[in-house]
This record gives sequence, C-alpha cells and structure tokens, in this order.
Amino acid sequence: MPPIIKVQNVSKTYIRDNFEVPVLNNINLEIEEGDFLALMGPSGSGKTTLLNLIAGIDTPNAGQLFVANTDIATLSETALAKWRANNVGFIFQFYNLIPVLTAFDNVELPLLLTNLSKAERKKQAETALEIVGLKDRMDHYPKQLSGGQEQRVAIARAIVTDPLIIVGDEPTGDLDKNSAEEILTLLERLNKEFKKTILIVTHDPHAAERANHTRHLEKGDLV
Amino acid sequence: MKVFKLIFKNALRHKLRTILTVLGIAVAVIAFGILRTVVTSWSAGLEASAANRLIARQAISFIFPLPYTYGAKISSVPGVEEVTYANWFGGVYIDKNNFFSRIAVDPETFFTVYPEYILTKQEMETFKRERNSCVIGSKIAKQYNLKVGDVMTLEGDIYPGEWQFTIRGIYQPKEKSTDASQMFFQWDYLNERMKQEMSGRDGNVGWYIIKISNSANSAEISTKIDALFKNSNAETKTETERAFTQGFIASSGAIITAMDFMSFVIVGIIMLVLGNTMIMAARERTREYAVMKTLGFSAKHIIGLILGESLFVSMLGGALGLFFVIPIVASFEEVIPKGFFPVFRLEETTIIMAISAAILIGVASAVFPIIRALKTKIVDGFRFVG
Ligand SMILES: Nc1ncnc2c1ncn2[C@@H]1O[C@H](COP(=O)(O)OP(=O)(O)O)[C@@H](O)[C@H]1O
Ligand SMILES: [Mg+2]
Repeated sequence: MPPIIKVQNVSKTYIRDNFEVPVLNNINLEIEEGDFLALMGPSGSGKTTLLNLIAGIDTPNAGQLFVANTDIATLSETALAKWRANNVGFIFQFYNLIPVLTAFDNVELPLLLTNLSKAERKKQAETALEIVGLKDRMDHYPKQLSGGQEQRVAIARAIVTDPLIIVGDEPTGDLDKNSAEEILTLLERLNKEFKKTILIVTHDPHAAERANHTRHLEKGDLV
Repeated sequence: MKVFKLIFKNALRHKLRTILTVLGIAVAVIAFGILRTVVTSWSAGLEASAANRLIARQAISFIFPLPYTYGAKISSVPGVEEVTYANWFGGVYIDKNNFFSRIAVDPETFFTVYPEYILTKQEMETFKRERNSCVIGSKIAKQYNLKVGDVMTLEGDIYPGEWQFTIRGIYQPKEKSTDASQMFFQWDYLNERMKQEMSGRDGNVGWYIIKISNSANSAEISTKIDALFKNSNAETKTETERAFTQGFIASSGAIITAMDFMSFVIVGIIMLVLGNTMIMAARERTREYAVMKTLGFSAKHIIGLILGESLFVSMLGGALGLFFVIPIVASFEEVIPKGFFPVFRLEETTIIMAISAAILIGVASAVFPIIRALKTKIVDGFRFVG
C-alpha cells in the first residue's frame, strides 16, 4: 500500500519585511496509513509549517505533496477547503473552540458542511463527544470547561467527520501533566482502535514517546 | 439555522458595544426621519401647487395690494378659464402662536380654481350666502375642536378690530399634500368693513389666481396679463403658482437644503460607527475565522457570518429607530408653530429610505471586515495576536 502522506522535495519560504525567510529546505517524508508520528525539533525549526503544508492549510513554494491520494499542492483554495473537510481533523495547541458555541455546537460545526440531516448530525456529534468522554458536558461553553476538557472537545470536533488523518500542533503544549496524559491516551486510542493516521508536532519527549515514530526537524531540515 | 444562531451569538458577544451601536443607529434613523419629514413637508407645499394656476401679484412687492377692477380685465385674456382673488388677513386666533392662514376669498370662484379643497354642496351654498361665514380646513377643525356652527373670533392686526365668523363649512383635502390648515372667509365682508371704517383701503385684493386651460401657455398668458397693467400705478407680476411658492420660500430654502444634506451626513456618520464596530469585531475573531476556514468553511460562509451580523445590528437599530420616529414626528408636529407646514407627516418614502439606509449601513459596514477576513491566510490568522 502506498504511503498515505508523501512529501517530496518540499520547500517553503516566507516573505517578511521584504526578506525571504527560508523555513523548509527540500523536505522528504513518507507516512504510512495507520501510523502515529511525532515531529520534534526546537522552536522555529519549521514544525508547524510542515504540519500546515501536509494538512493543506498552507501551500509549498516547491515540491509535491501527496496526501490521502491527492496531489494537494495543485488544488485551488476552494478544492483544498473541501479536501480538508473530508480528510483531515485538526487539533491545535490553544484548542481554538468557538467561544460562543457550546461543546455540542462546536463539535457539530464541521458537520454543517455536509448534507447530513439534523438528527444524523446530532447522533454523530454525540458519538464523538462520547469517545472523548464529554457527552455529559455537551451543553457547556468552552469557558466552563478546563483546558484538558476543551482539548477533548477539540478532538471530538476533529474526529466528528471521520477523517483519514488527524494532525495536532502541540496538542498538549498548554496542558498540565495529567490533562496531557489524557489527551495522549486518547490519541493513542484513536490510532489503535479507530485506525487513524496521526501526525503531531511536539517538543515534549514524553508526548513523542507515545507515538510509533519520531522525526526531528532542525532549521528546516529533516534529520 | 445554526448559522443564524452563530450570527446572533456573535452579535451579542459584547453586549454593551452592540447595544450602544444599535442605539446609535436608532438615533440616526430618528434624526434622519425628522429631518426628511421637515424637508418633504416643505416641498409638499411646492408639489401641491398646480401647474395650470397662475398668480398675479403686485410687481413691487407681495405686500402691496392690486385693484379689484383688474379681475375683469384678466378674465378677458385668451386662455384664461377662471379668475379669482384672495387677500391675506393675518390676525390672531386666541393666541398669537396659533399660526394658520386666514384668507379673504371670493366665494363664487375660489373653489373652482382650488378644486383640491373639498366642500359639500350645502356647505358651499351657505358659505356663498352668508356674509360673515367662513370655512376651515379639516386639520384646523380637529386641532381646535371646531365644528360647523361655531363662531370663530379673530383679533385683526393688518385689519384692526375684532372679527367674528360663523363656521359654515369644513373642507377636506383632496390629496395628502393638500393644505388642510387654512381658514377662508368672504372678501366682501372684509371690503365692506374697510369701506366703512378705513376708507381708502377698500376695493383692493391681495393677489389674483388665474386658472388657465393649458399649462403649456403659462408664460405667454403671464406676459399678456402683465402687459395689461404696464405703466399703471399697480403693475403686476404674473407667474405660475409653483414659481410663486418657490420664490416665497426661497429664504428658507437654504436651511432646508442644509437639512436635506444633513440627513444624509447622519447616515454616513453612523455607517462609520457600525463600520468601526464591525472591524473591531471581525479583528477579534481573526483566529476563529482561521479555524472555520481550516474546517472547510468557504468565503461565502465567512461573508454570510459578517454580513449577517452587520445587518442584524443595523436592522435592529433601524427597527428601533422607526418604532420611535413615528410618535416623535407626531409630537414634533405638536410643538412646531401650528400651520407652519401645511402637512407634517412621515412619508412612506421617508420610511422606505430609512429602511434602505439601515440596510445600506449594514452592507457597507461589512465590506472592510469581509475583505480583511477573506484576505487573511489561514496560517496568518493563527499567528495573529489581537
Ligand atoms: N505565516 C508566516 N509568515 C512569516 N513567517 C512565518 C510564518 N509562519 C512561520 N514563519 C516563520 O517560519 C519559521 C518557522 O516557524 P514554525 O513553522 O512556526 O516553527 P515551529 O513550529 O517549529 O516553532 C519561524 O522563523 C517563523 O517566524
Ligand atoms: Mg509551532
């Protein structure tokens, strides 16, 4: 089976104050379907950038990106948005829940783009919340939840559309040890039980330990 | 439906800010409504003037009278259908703040030339018959609680003395723009008293109103009339009623133009206020828009969210403003000098304009936040720190 993620000779440069800032240099990376990979490296090494490219929220300056059987570097913005909605679940360091929506509404949000009926959406969102153990909190607003609980709601939002790939950018970066532990256990479970391909960025070795593999980025080079 | 929920919740995120903005829009709509009502009421006088009526007045000044004898001569000009005359009376009714026109007219011809003042046949006949009778507009009747048979006493100023009239008719306005706040009485009554009390002031009328058969000939007929009295000691100046009215209110015209202008300036100001609110709101949500885009929401959703919120706030303010502007205009009518405007009412067009303005404010205020939200790349949105 071909790898689900194939990064080929990808480079990324940002322009800042009229200067070109090279962030990624000729990156090559393959991830098998069902893998759980942790991307490590010092701050500013380009981890987030690489993750964003793979997840299709940024585009490379050079190289090719085959993710979930799609050459995503060539997709238009609209096509890419649709592709993301179908294939990728996102977890962020700062949870990024919509503060005016309840846990349930936050989880249901990605489903509004599908043509599921209201009842189907409800069922699916509740299932996702059940998986993360927060079904009893579904009417709570983000500010009524702890950081760990918010991140679990975010994970429920990431899995509610049943994506092939889940990406997490420092998913435990803002959490205490116990909450981080919960989140990592949950990710492990998603990988093992639900066969999701998971890619996380972290600079916490404890977190990286829970993955199947670890890769390191140094100043834009994969080592 | 979920989208409306989000729009609604977004709008109420900063309750105080939203309330203040809504109130601001409401106040603007109220000010807009009042200013426009003043403007439209003013021009209603112009619109009410018929194109097929000419006014002949003393050439030097409107305040000088014309001889009664001119009437017959004017009638002889080809194209003239009917000639009537009127004389400004002035005077005080109970209180000098009670301002409405009191005019001495020729009962035989006046209502033929002014078909927009509607009297019943019986009212018309009594008015013609009784020397000291008068007719009043329905608005005056309502305002002072007057009915047919009541006596109306005026304290004369231009024509000194106490003047008593019996109300013999209440005329109804034909159009909404028709002035229903006037009082008419027989010129003969005025003339007779002048003959007895102030000889020399009799035999004069204030101005002639000439109904012509074809309004296209107004210029030609005017010239002919004025030519009749050339080199007499009371030369005339004849013009269409509209031109006459325009000239009459010209001095106030500048203020009206300023009010007209101001009403739109207010809309512009409030547009900036809501625009500012929306820019702040959208800025604070930069990260959330990045999240939504990440989840696959597209430009149309982001536009819908921002535009929806902006319209929600502006329509709420507009509705609140309209709700209050109607009673406010009504109470305004109470405090301005009575009869200062022939009609003072909130026109449908003003309401439509206010609603359109609210929509326009909502749309315009959303433009910049939308552009910004769409232009911001997802990755930059996540890196954005408010
Ligand atoms: N959108 C961007 N615009 C400009 N510079 C950026 C942008 N994203 C990242 N960078 C720069 O690229 C470099 C790598 O950033 P990032 O991928 O976030 O590193 P990491 O996640 O490893 O800390 C940093 O120097 C950062 O300032
Ligand atoms: Mg990072």
